[in-house]
Parts: sequence; structure tokens; C-alpha cells
Amino acid sequence: MPTHDTSFTCDVTGVRMIHPSHTVRFTVNGQSRSVDAPPLKRLLDVLREDLALTGTKEGCGEGECGSCSVRINGELVNSCLVPILQVEGAFVETIEGLSQADVIAELHPLQQAFLQRGGAQCGICTPGMLVAAAHLLSHTPNPTLEETREALAGNLCRCTGYVRIFESILSLAAMEEPADHAR
Amino acid sequence: MRGNPATHLFIRPSNLNGILTLLASEPGQWTPFAGGTELMVSHAAGQLRAQKLINIWGVPELSRIDMDDNFLSIGGGVTFRQIRDHATIASEFPLLAQAAGWIGSIANQSRATLAGNIVNGSPAADAPPSLLVYNSEIELISQRGVRRVPYASFHVGYKQNILRIDELVYALHLPRRFTTHNHYLRKVGARRAMAISKVALAATAVVKNDIFLEIRLAAASVADRPVRLLITEAALANQPLTHKTIANARMAIYNEVKPIDDIRSTAEYRRCVAANLLQQFIMQCIAREYSR
Amino acid sequence: MRSGTHPRVVGTPQLRKEGVEKVQGRTKYIDDLEREGMWYGATVRSTISRGRVVAIHYDPRIDWTEFVVVTAADIPGNNHIQMISADQPCLANGHVNHCDEAIVLLAHPDKRRLPEALTAIRVDYERLPAVLSIEESETQLEIIWGPDTHEGNLFKQFYVEKGDVDSVWANASHIVEGEYRTGAQEHLYIENNGAIAEFSEETGVTVWGSLQCPFYVHKSLMAVFNLPADKVRVIQVATGGAFGGKEDYPSILAAHAGLLAMKVGRPIKLVYDRMEDLAATTKRHPSRTRHRTAIDENGKILAMEIDIATDGGAYATLSSTVLSRATLHATGPYVCPNIRITARAWATNTVPCGAFRGFGAPQTIFAIERHIEQLALAVGLDSDEIRRRNFLHDGDSTATQQVMIEPVILDKLLDRAIEVSEFHEKRIQFSGDNPSSLIKRGIGLAAFYHGSGFTGSGERYLNSLAGIDVAPDNKVRVLVSSTEFGQGTNTILAQIAAESLGISYDDVIMAPCDTAIVPNSGPTVASRTSMVVGKLIERAGSQLIASLKLEAGLLDSYSTQDFFSACDLYREHKGKVESLSRYEAPPNIYWNDQLYQGEAYPAFAWAVYVAEVAVDTTTYSAEVNAFHAVQEVGRVLNPTLAAGQIEGGIAQGIGYALYEKVLYKDGHMFNNQMTNYIIPTAQDIPPINVYFEEIPFEHGAYGAKGIGELPHDGPAPAILNAIQNALDLSFTSIPLLPEDICLRMTQASHAMSPVSA
Ligand code: FES
Ligand code: FES
Repeated sequence: MPTHDTSFTCDVTGVRMIHPSHTVRFTVNGQSRSVDAPPLKRLLDVLREDLALTGTKEGCGEGECGSCSVRINGELVNSCLVPILQVEGAFVETIEGLSQADVIAELHPLQQAFLQRGGAQCGICTPGMLVAAAHLLSHTPNPTLEETREALAGNLCRCTGYVRIFESILSLAAMEEPADHAR
Repeated sequence: MRGNPATHLFIRPSNLNGILTLLASEPGQWTPFAGGTELMVSHAAGQLRAQKLINIWGVPELSRIDMDDNFLSIGGGVTFRQIRDHATIASEFPLLAQAAGWIGSIANQSRATLAGNIVNGSPAADAPPSLLVYNSEIELISQRGVRRVPYASFHVGYKQNILRIDELVYALHLPRRFTTHNHYLRKVGARRAMAISKVALAATAVVKNDIFLEIRLAAASVADRPVRLLITEAALANQPLTHKTIANARMAIYNEVKPIDDIRSTAEYRRCVAANLLQQFIMQCIAREYSR
Repeated sequence: MRSGTHPRVVGTPQLRKEGVEKVQGRTKYIDDLEREGMWYGATVRSTISRGRVVAIHYDPRIDWTEFVVVTAADIPGNNHIQMISADQPCLANGHVNHCDEAIVLLAHPDKRRLPEALTAIRVDYERLPAVLSIEESETQLEIIWGPDTHEGNLFKQFYVEKGDVDSVWANASHIVEGEYRTGAQEHLYIENNGAIAEFSEETGVTVWGSLQCPFYVHKSLMAVFNLPADKVRVIQVATGGAFGGKEDYPSILAAHAGLLAMKVGRPIKLVYDRMEDLAATTKRHPSRTRHRTAIDENGKILAMEIDIATDGGAYATLSSTVLSRATLHATGPYVCPNIRITARAWATNTVPCGAFRGFGAPQTIFAIERHIEQLALAVGLDSDEIRRRNFLHDGDSTATQQVMIEPVILDKLLDRAIEVSEFHEKRIQFSGDNPSSLIKRGIGLAAFYHGSGFTGSGERYLNSLAGIDVAPDNKVRVLVSSTEFGQGTNTILAQIAAESLGISYDDVIMAPCDTAIVPNSGPTVASRTSMVVGKLIERAGSQLIASLKLEAGLLDSYSTQDFFSACDLYREHKGKVESLSRYEAPPNIYWNDQLYQGEAYPAFAWAVYVAEVAVDTTTYSAEVNAFHAVQEVGRVLNPTLAAGQIEGGIAQGIGYALYEKVLYKDGHMFNNQMTNYIIPTAQDIPPINVYFEEIPFEHGAYGAKGIGELPHDGPAPAILNAIQNALDLSFTSIPLLPEDICLRMTQASHAMSPVSA
């Protein structure tokens, strides 16, 4: 017998009060910025919507994929988990802070390595991956493979199997040709 | 993104006193917000019920790691990255440093705080087992003052604790007497990184003349809260390092833990692995005795 | 100067065409784009797996005048998504057949107002009994799809017969039976599905989207909007991973965005968040494959009887073609005189399954490659020897009587895989070490082929068109509807164009992937882009050169400057410089769809993969410690990209084998978050060693065959074979999780007893 089901798709919460925005000032890639936003607004959304810096991506919105990786005051963070209130006065670095030059030779060495060694395929994880890689090299200029794997463990890539990403990073560390696995 | 940030109040008092005053004057109204690694996830899922949030991230009094002769004290707002990088923690409380390094990813470690991990109180939380086997004390602060209690008494049920609505976790105090202990911690998750524990076991013990003189065991994801395993400890205390002891201890832990089937694993798996981890710890103690 | 016939561009590691923007974060994906005056869309989805929609209530606490609401009643054309069959509604109308089926669409100028409005819409249902597994569906007690006959619930069935299977059983020295299962798998592209749509009376509907197959979406929109082809325009924007997951689903999403745009009168952005994408979009087909095999005392296979069942979910989508590929890969790369294959795709009340890298082949290859391992044990042969004795060779024929006319070098691939992986040395070493270790190590292999291009007559029906044009600004453009989503389409096709025109790679660009601009070169699926579309570009290029020689005085030996001057001259005469090329089937390709006989694929890529595993008996978790992939893929057009495809596919294959489990409750995926759907991280992927052999295939571009799907076929069986080697336990189902290994190991020795060490 068919049963009657009258459950709601979800709890109805009713219309909530809308609170005013706050002005937050901080620095992005060396430039001072000021935005009016609800204090709980995610840094990710402020970058993408208020500052049109769309290089920082959203893959999960819950701190699991690393597509939204940026640095705040030199620390690697997932910008989807950072409310803008806590960014007041901070120094934020995003993918746009790496080279935007048209000439390959003028790209950041990490960007060149990813380009030459196949570290980017679909490219959606790439900005976060590069920020995490740059963060690694900033405190460990000559990482081992194990250190590299750990440093990137919070950045999911579904295309590359990570192999060429490791090679790209390690090529800079060693500054010598690693054995190419494709023979 | 299912939450609407405009529907939440989020304020930042200028200092700890301001925070405590507000918590006291409007009891139960305000939810402390530290690194956001839990609350922002709820927010993204549209499930952040707390309407009024109060920032406790970056409060200097909560972000310190201090030491005296007897205790190492870690502020509630200290991040797991700070814990991982701290030389004394690494040498005297290696399990806590190890646990910190297993939390999420580097990006999560730079935001997640010790108090957040504890207060959120997930049965799978990474820090509690180590804190339990180090016999830590927890210090809670409110406008009324501070109180300090054994951390083992902090969790009282599923995501329930003794924190009062006007209190914050001020610090965890770890007695500095574990340098010569046997230490063990193993977290078992679905993958090597970015994993929530299916089961984790922490242990500290003193072994003398092949006998367990002192032993503490604690586990994650085997009960409704992080737990000390007192019955299993009793099965090991003053027992010799023998295969019979291992068998008894396996039996004890298998029966003491009360895990459940959930989205991440099964109760039976958790029980079996808990027993295996305990055996691994005892074998490690044996190996250490024989290498002397 | 162009000289000689040695390829200069093809076969070299040219940099990814769109690579610079990607490493700068400048690439614009769908969620990075805005249109003037744009609103946002959201979707109300069913919360039950089967039933009648009785009523839809809108909570009066919400001011609905701010929103635009679309239901099935707003659809101007047909309320169905045009795939192989027209059974899937665009918006549920009266009935729902799976959880998370779209019922109502909403739009609002502020996207942050949408989630709450979604929760304020309540749908009342009258529940109907749901069918949630292959086993429930095949009883046909409850018919949820199709006629109420013995064909009920059956999306498709195939029957393949070769020789006389029944005559063999009595004489076989061994008969080995087995049942193998594979689970659903989520693509988990890091970019969720999304689209932006615009509508106007004059121009019709325009959709920008993250998608694989612009002309699939185009066709589907024509039906939903009842518009002619020139009033529908689909533009692929940069796509952040697809793997088959953006083959069929974008047709639904584009229609939803278009319907909202039409009603609102403004552009609409409809982008899913991760939870919605996981719950509502397609998955890999779960499968159950049963084998019954007769072998002689030397391990030679005498007869194979194979029964395949797949779970297609609630609507037919691509289940029939997935089943076809599953069927055509079910025997593995082995020769056998007597074969019977029965294959059926069943309907269930779960989210429709769709395309996913490998497209049915990983499922049946898992089964045969696990099964042959059991044959080896039955006759006491090594894993490599049993395969060697049964491999297909040139001149042999497959289950469909396709004779191998191209060289087959499986023996060479196997030799190389055994050598580079130190297969036998490792087996000896592990059997010595394992008894005294808590970590049990093992090594296993899998041999397989993957058919390149569409199955059977597919390419003939597609009748693809592709080409090259040269604009007055000396830009050589490749004109294809083939899409780039990471696998390297742009780069490979530009390389081919540059090669065939004798110009530099940098002089070639890709035309925008816009149905108003490019011809229909077919969908970007089935490992067909390099081989089939690439060949069209190669031919378009050589045609153009021939025309320039004939009509614009281009000499046999020419510089880039000469080429562009000749183009200018040609343009003066003819108005434009364009060369299009249409698909021509290779000779001797015949396929009988009724009998399922003939040339199933124009070419096959071949491979032998070896996995080394370690199973920790303390935690029962299995990890892959090393991986070797040896394959023959025709010509490698770009070594960096080709190896990247193999590595990425293997990582997904490792996930398929050991980590990725879709958990359903009443047909709803309830682990629909990245924290609960586990894919391998950087810490979980072993070193992967990739080796190519090349035997150019005459009818593929510069000899290329397909690569993209191949690497998903081998890891799962190789890994489970390695686990069998490590533990001496045969597991037949994936994903294989530590909980499964625990259960088996503790069944043998009770958990109370200490683990043996
Ligand atoms: S979007 Fe922030 S971690 Fe995935
Ligand atoms: S390159 Fe596509 S997800 Fe990493």
C-alpha cells in the first residue's frame, strides 16, 4: 500500500534578521583593500565576489579539497573556512600574487615547472596547489618527496594522480632533472 | 554554500575581558568562534544554528604555550601548527605533537585550535586521547574566575562537557613527568591524510622489571566521547609482559570499548582494531625492554 | 622549412595550449563568469526514491514574489532529456523515480537567499515501493521502468555467442566459477557542475557550461525548448575535470538554467555545491559479473560463460552503451573458441548512472582479471603464465568474431611488466618475509585491452565533421566540438594540425568551443578524440595543403611565411581558407548490431599493469606501494600529457579499488561530502611508473589510438590480485575496505586471539 508522506524537505527556519555589513581592511598580494561585508562572509567569497580575484576556487566549501588555499600572514589556510572578520589587518596572498606575465620565462619557477612537467591538467586544483607548493618552498626550500606529499595532502587533485605535481616541485628543490617516469 | 552570513551577528571584543563580560552578561546567547574549522563547515552546510558569534581567535592570553618545572601549559587558542612546531611538546609529549600533525591538512592545522577540538567534543577528535594519557588538567575561565579540573572529567556525554555557558577553555596543563614513559599513539583513518579517525589509541606506561607499573590508555571513536580505558588499564596494571597478558588485555579492551556502526566504519572493525593497536603497544614495550 | 616526413610536432612534449592561464589562475571556469543582471538558480529535489507528487506547498513566511518558480508546466517543448531514449523528465511531473530528482526550480537575484527558500518548499508524496538493487530489479516483482512484461525494468540486454559452449563442460579438466562485484563510483571532478543560460525571443537559448559534449546539450535543449537548431547555442567554458561525469548530466542542468532564464527574462547562473553535485549527478554503474570457465589441464581456456548485470539507476541515460562496452571487454584479452555472454542493464530507484572513464569496461575487466587468477590457482600456474597461454594474438578472433588484424604485442608487454616490476623476485621475497611480519606484502597483475572510439557502428552514426580554418590575422584555428577538460584535447589537436600543415605549434589555436562556430566533431568521450577526431584534423590539414599547392602556388618545400602567403592568395580567390573533413570508417570494419558480431572497435589499446601492495594486519588496511603500467597505445602524441593521463587514471583506479564507496540510504547518497567520500590524497598515491610501447595505427591521427580510459581498467584487479598474493584470501568485490578485510581475517581466526606475527 502506498503510504502518505508529508515530511518537509527540510526544516523551515523562517526569515532571519539581516545584519549590517562591516568594513574590513586588509592587504591582498601587497595591495591594501577595504570591503564592506557581513563579518561571517568567507574570505573565499570576498576574494571572488568583492575583489574579482577568481583564481581562488571552491571545490567543497568544507576545508577538504584545498582549491581555496591562500596564505594569511604567511600561514597556509583554506579560505572557505576563514570569516572575513578575522582577516582585518592581515596580509593575504593568493594565486594572483604569483606571476601574471604573458611570457613563460617571466613566470614564477613553480608556474614554469607545472607548465613544463604536466602539473596542471584541468587546472581547477592548480591555483590552490601552487599556493600550497609555494608555502612549502617558503619554509622548506629543498623538500623531500615525503615532505612534499605531506605538504600537499590537503589539496585534492582528481586529474594528475599527483605524480607530475611532485615532480614539478621537486625539480625546483633539486634544480636538476629528475628521472622522467614516462619512457 | 548554504548559509547566509548576513543572518549571523559576529563581533570581536577587543580583549579577553570583553569576551568574558559578554558571555556573562548575556548567558547562552553567544557562541565563541575560534579558527572556524568546525563552525564554518556547519555554516557552509546551512546548519549553523548559533545566531550570535563572538570572536576568540587571536586572543593573546589564549594563544600562549608556557612552562614551569611541573607543567607545560597550552592556551585554548593555540593552533595545532603551534603544537606541532613546539620543541618541548615534541620531546616531552610526543603523542600530542603526533596527533597535531595528523589533524586534517597543513591548512587545517594552522586554523584549528586545541580548545576547539576539545569543546567540539567529537568522539573522533584527535587531541583528547593524548591529553588523557598525559593526565592533563583543564583550566576554565569566566568572569567569576578560573577553575582547574582533571581533563578526564571534562567530557560527560555525546558532545557534552562540563563547560558552563559563561566559560572558555583557558588552558590545558600537562604534567612534565612523562619523558621516560613508553608512549604510543596510532590513529586509523580511511586514508593517510585528511582522515577522521575510525579508531585511535593512545597509551603511556612505565615498565619496570617486565611489569607494567603505571599505565594509561585512551581512545577515540570507540564510545560516545573520548575515553580513558580504565578496565583495560586495570587488566594490565602490575602484570608482566607476557603473551597471556596480551591475550587478557585484548579481551579487556574488546569488551570495554563501545563503538557503533556509522558512516565511517563498523563497530566490529573498531573493536578488532582497538585490540590490535593495544597489542602493538604492548609488543613495543616488550621490544623496548629487550633492547635495554 | 618543412622537410622530410619525420613528425616534428607530434610526439614531442609541447606545452599545454591553455597552460599559462591555468598556472596563473586566470582561466575562467563557469563559476568565475558573470553576465549583466544575472540571477541565480536553485533546485528543489525529491526526498523519496519513488512516488507520486501529491502537492507542493510554499511556506507563507517567505515572500515568494521576490522569486521566480519554474515547474514542469513551464516547459515549452518536451519534458524529457534527449539521450538514447527519452525517458528522463527534465523536471519531475507528478512522479519521482529517485531521490534528488529535480521537481521545482527557483531563481533570485541574491544567491544567499536561495538555500532558505529551498527549505521552505514542502513536497507531499504518495510513496510507491522502491527497487534499490540489481537483485530486486531482476525479480521483476515491482516494475519501475518499461513494460509490465519480462522486459520490465530492463534497460537493455545483449547476447553474444561464439562456438558451442555447452559441448565443452563435460571434457574440461577444471570448471571454475566466480561472482565479482563493483560498486558505484563518483567522478569527483574538483569543479562541480554548473551552467549559465540566457534566453531571448530573437536568439533563443544560449548556455555556457562546464561540459564535455556541447552537441548533446544542444540536441537536448532543442527538444525541451521546442526550438530549431539555430535558436540554440551551447558554449563550453573551461571545465575543471569531467571523467564522463559531464557527458550526460549537463544536458539536464543546461535545460534547468535555460528554463529559469526564459521565465525570469535575465541570465541565470546555476552552479551546484558539492553536496548537491554528489547527491544528484550520475555515478559509475555498479555491476555483478558471474563467470563459469572451462579449462584444460594446461590452463588453456576452453569455454567461457559470462553473465553481466549492471545497475543503471532510475533512467536509461547511457546504460545501454555502457553495457555494450562492458560486454565487449568481458572476456579480457584472451582467446577462447566457445563463449557465451549475457548482459543486462537493470533499472533501480537510485540516481541514474552515467558515463565514467572506462564506461563499463573497468567493471567487467575487474571480473575477468580476478577470475583468471582463480584459474591460475586451479591449475597451479603463475599469474603471468596462465595469461600468456591464453592471450589473443594477431589473427585470433574475439567473442564477436573480430579478427585481430593489427599486431598484438601482449607477450612483450607482459615480459616488460614482469621485468620492470621484478614480479617473480618480489613474489619470492614476500613469501619469505610475510609469515613473520604483521605487514603482508603482495604483487599482482592485470592484462587488458580497451577498445578505442565508439562501439560498433557508433562512429558511422556520429558522422563527425572537423576542420581547420585560417583567419586573415594568420591565426590557424582548429574547428572541433571536442572539449578540453584536462585530458589535453587542445594541445593534441593543435599539435596534429601543426604537424599536418607543416607549421609551428604556436601558430595554431583552438576555435571557441561554441556550437555556433564549430562543426559537430562528436562527443569528447570513449578515447576517440586523438584517434578519430585527430585523424579528421590530420586529413583536413593535408587537404588544405593540397589545395594551397593546387590553387595558391604553394611549393613542395615551404616556410611558415610561404604558407600564410598562400593562404592569403587562396582567401582572395575563395573568400575564406577552411578545410573540413568528415569521418570515414577504416576499411573492413563491419558490425552487426542484431547479432553483436563483427568489428567492435577499429583499434584496441593494450596494457599490463602491476600493483604492489602492503596489507597491515593491525589495521586491515591495504595500501599500494608501487605501480607499473606498461601499455601499447599506437602513437604517443605528447609524452607528458600521455603519461599524465595514465597516472591520473591509475589514481582513480586505486580509489575505485580501495577507497571510494558511495553509501546509499533509500537510494540517496548520504556520504555526499568530500569528508565522507574518500578519494586518495597526495599521501596515498604510490610512485607510478609508466611505460609506452608504440605501434602506430594507420587509421588514427599519426598512428594514435585511445589512451584516456585505459588506465582506469587495470588498477582494481591488479590490486586485488596483489592482495590475494599477500593474504592468500580471494576478495571479489570492490571497493575493498579495511572493514571487509577485517571481517574475512577475523572469521578465520577469532578476534580474541592475538594476531599472528
Ligand atoms: S573549497 Fe575550501 S577546502 Fe575545498
Ligand atoms: S588538474 Fe584537475 S583536479 Fe588537479
